[in-house]
Parts: sequence; C-alpha cells; structure tokens
Amino acid sequence: MELFTPEVGLIFWMLIPFLVVFFILAKFAWPAILKGVNARNKYIDDSLLAAKQARDELARVKADGQAIVEEARKEQSRILAEAAKSRDLIVNGAKDKATEEASKIMENAREQIALEKEDAIRQIRREVATLSVEISEKVLRKNLEKKNEQMDMIDRLLDEFNIPKS
Amino acid sequence: MPSYFKRFSLLLLTFIFIMNISPLRASGGEAEKEKPFDIKEMIFSHVLDSYEWHILTIGEKHISIPLLMIVKDERGWHAFSTKKLAHGHEHNGFYISQTDPYKGKIVTKNAAGEIIRPLDLSLTKNAASILVASIILIVILLSIASQYKKNPLRSMKGFAGAIEQLTMSVHNDIIKPSIPNDYKRFAPYLLTVFYFIFFNNLFGLIPLFPGGANVTGNIAVTFVLAMLTFVATNFFGNKEYWKEIFWPDVPVFLKTPVFPLMQLIEFIGILTKPFALMIRLFANMLAGHMIVLVLMGLIFIFAAMLGVGAAAGVSVVSVAFSIFMVLLDVLVSFIQAYVFTMLSSIFIGMARAEHHTHKVHESTEH
Repeated sequence: MELFTPEVGLIFWMLIPFLVVFFILAKFAWPAILKGVNARNKYIDDSLLAAKQARDELARVKADGQAIVEEARKEQSRILAEAAKSRDLIVNGAKDKATEEASKIMENAREQIALEKEDAIRQIRREVATLSVEISEKVLRKNLEKKNEQMDMIDRLLDEFNIPKS
Repeated sequence: MPSYFKRFSLLLLTFIFIMNISPLRASGGEAEKEKPFDIKEMIFSHVLDSYEWHILTIGEKHISIPLLMIVKDERGWHAFSTKKLAHGHEHNGFYISQTDPYKGKIVTKNAAGEIIRPLDLSLTKNAASILVASIILIVILLSIASQYKKNPLRSMKGFAGAIEQLTMSVHNDIIKPSIPNDYKRFAPYLLTVFYFIFFNNLFGLIPLFPGGANVTGNIAVTFVLAMLTFVATNFFGNKEYWKEIFWPDVPVFLKTPVFPLMQLIEFIGILTKPFALMIRLFANMLAGHMIVLVLMGLIFIFAAMLGVGAAAGVSVVSVAFSIFMVLLDVLVSFIQAYVFTMLSSIFIGMARAEHHTHKVHESTEH
C-alpha cells in the first residue's frame, strides 16, 4: 500500500533539508542559545553571590560599627568615671586643704584675738588704774582742802594700816 | 497579548472550519453529478503525497500550485513543471499512471515498451512543505539566536522567551538526563529533531497554503528521522554497547556461536528501536489527520444516505468534533516531537552509557 511505502524522492527531499537545517542550527542557533542562556544563568548566579557577599559585608561592617560604638561608649563611660574620680579627688583634696587652711586661719585669728584681748584688758586695766588714780587724786585733792580733813584722812589711813597690823 | 492570542486562535479555528468544508463541499457537489462520494479517495488524496499542491476548489475550478518534477530515466535527468502533466497530458514520454501498480505516480516506457517508474526525485507537496517549514524554522531560530549576541545577559521576552523555555526544557529535561556523559555532542542533533518534528507537525495542522501537508504522517519522513537516530545510536555506540549486543551478560549457552539466541534478540532490538520511532510518529500524525477528515466525510455520507437535513445536523457535531481533534492534534504534535526526541536521546544515551543503565532507561521507554 502506498501509505506504508517510503518514496525515494521524499526520502531525498526529507534528508537534504533536514541535514541543512541541522548543520545551520548546530552551527549558528543552538550554541548561541545554549551559551546565551548559560551565560545569563552564570551572570544571575554571580550577581546573587555578589549580592549575598555585599549583604554579608554590610552586616559585617554594621557589626563592626556596632562594636566601635560599643567600644566608644565603654571608653566614654570609663573616661567619665575617671573624670568623676579625679574630680572627687581634687574636690576632696581642696576641701581638706581648705579645712586645714580654715582651721589654721581660725587658730591664728583666735590667737590674735586672745592677744588682742589681753592687750585690751591690759590697756583697760592701765586706763582704769590711771583713771582711778586720777579720780582718787581728784577726790583726795577736794577732800583734803581743809586741814582737819587732811588730818582725818591721814588718821583713817593710818588706822586702816594699823588694823591689819593688829 | 492574551486577547491578541484569543482573537488569533478564533481566526485560526474559523479557517480550519472553512478549509475543511470547502474542498469537501466541492467534491460533494461533484459526487451528485458524477459518482457517489468516495470517502476513501477523499481521505487518501489528503493524507498522501502528491505532485501538485492543491489549495482550494471553488465550484469546478481547482486552484493548485504546480511543483517541480525531477525524474531520471535511461535518457538522463528531466525537470519540468507539474502543469505539463495535468489532465492526463504526456510530457517527454512521462505521464501520471491511472492504473496499478503505479497508480498516481509518474511513469514512462522503457526501450522495450514496458511501463516503468523512473527515479523520481520530484519536489512533491510534502517536499515543498518540508522546505517551507525548514526555511521558517531556520529564520525563526537564527533570529532568536542573534538576539543573544545583540543584547547578552538580557532575558528573552515574548516568542523568543517561549522558544528559549522550550529549548532549555528539552535540553535540560530530556537530553541531559538521558545522555549524561556527552550531551553536549548530541544536543544539537536532538534539538533539531525536536523542532523539526514539532514545526512540521504544527505546519500539517494549519489548513492554509504553506501548511496542511501531511508531512510527519508520511512514512518516508519518519523513516529518515528514525534512520538518523539509528545511525547516531550505532555509529557513536561505545564498546560497552557492542559488548552488550555480541556478548551480553547472560549464561554462556544462550550466546554460544552454535546457538546465538541473545545475539539474535539484541540484533533485532537494534532494528526495532528505530522502527518503533518511525511507526509511532507516522501513525500518530496520520491518525490525527485522518480522524478530522473522517469526521468531515461523515457529513457527506449522511447527506448521501439521509439527505441534506441529516447532513446539516451531523455537520454541527462533526465540526465541533474536528475542532476538538485539531486542538488535540496540537497537543499530539508537541507530545510526539517530545517523545521522538526523548526516545532518540535514550537510545543514544544507552549506546553511550559506561555502565549497565539499561534497566533504568527501559522503564522510561513505555
């Protein structure tokens, strides 16, 4: 039956175009397509890898930054603590010194005051003695204007002297 | 894009409808006047190869494209147009035989006056269809390939993207797993086989002019494809492959020179593989064409038997079914191309395998 008998002519016309198509496609189409797709796949893979690396790098940098900030904060608090300590030291030292100074000054002042007081007392005493002498001089002068009074006086004084003797 | 596609497929379906009906209506018209409608002749005139490319019949007028006759007899080569042989004319001693054993073929008389067939390399309808499909295939694939050079690393869009996906799926899902050792060497051949079959299958389904020829449903075409796979399998078969055939791993008494049973079986196996390839593609595509034609023929059979009213009723069903069949054939076109490529890959892969992987492959063969 014709349906199942291969015709020589059609075998020829099938074989030649197929081989031509095969050689053209094998030379120009398939390598280009396969290479193109592979190149693109590689590019995508590389890009993904690069993106991942970049992300990792970023994370690393971020972590580094965090560490630096942490470090800085620690340093800061350390410096602050140190500063506080030295401030306390200075303040305390100053306070002590001031107290010492103050007490010294107080001491001085007290001594001065004591000296001044003594001086004043002495002066007052002298003044009082002088005054009393002057007063007594004036009293005596007035009381002893008359002769008998002078004599009375002398007597009384003598008595007074005598009484303790007796 | 989708609406575009929808409109296009609607147009295509309309054409399928028209093209399936009009030639038949013409022959049906003839049947009333001259002879009863011969469904067998109608079907075979559609599925068989022919010297001229019949496109359309409007009323009594046949529109066909004359093709090139190339024949060689004792006198040498002759090339002339099919037109010269139309209506039983004789040209240079050649004419189309109307009787067996060479019915419908070009014949001539030799010196002794016997009717003989010359060496017939005529560019027939199928041959012309193969040429057209090949040119279109080359143009499409080369234009896509050039896009990779023009803008590398860009993803392909639209049709080129679809072709790329198809190519990569055939390459990565069929060829690579089947021939893991050196798929790179065979991929060009197998990809070409896939696209060649797929394009010719689809071309056969388009009822308009450059398509419509039953190319892959012709045994000569599938014969060539199967032969090429046969050659590729056996030419590139390695030591392991030939050892499996001539000294397989079976008890010695089954393969002694006295009683070479296994050798015989293996040798038949070499031949049945391409034979199965040839018949599978041929039968599938032929059947697809035939079913559509039979469904259309039913209308005229009913018209002859029960009158025009019955034919009108049947035609609705027939057209619906043939649209369904054509759509199914689009699927079959892909599947058959896929299966042919897959089996070719597996056969080549088996011949290239370094270890006993037969069992694994045979399970995928069915």
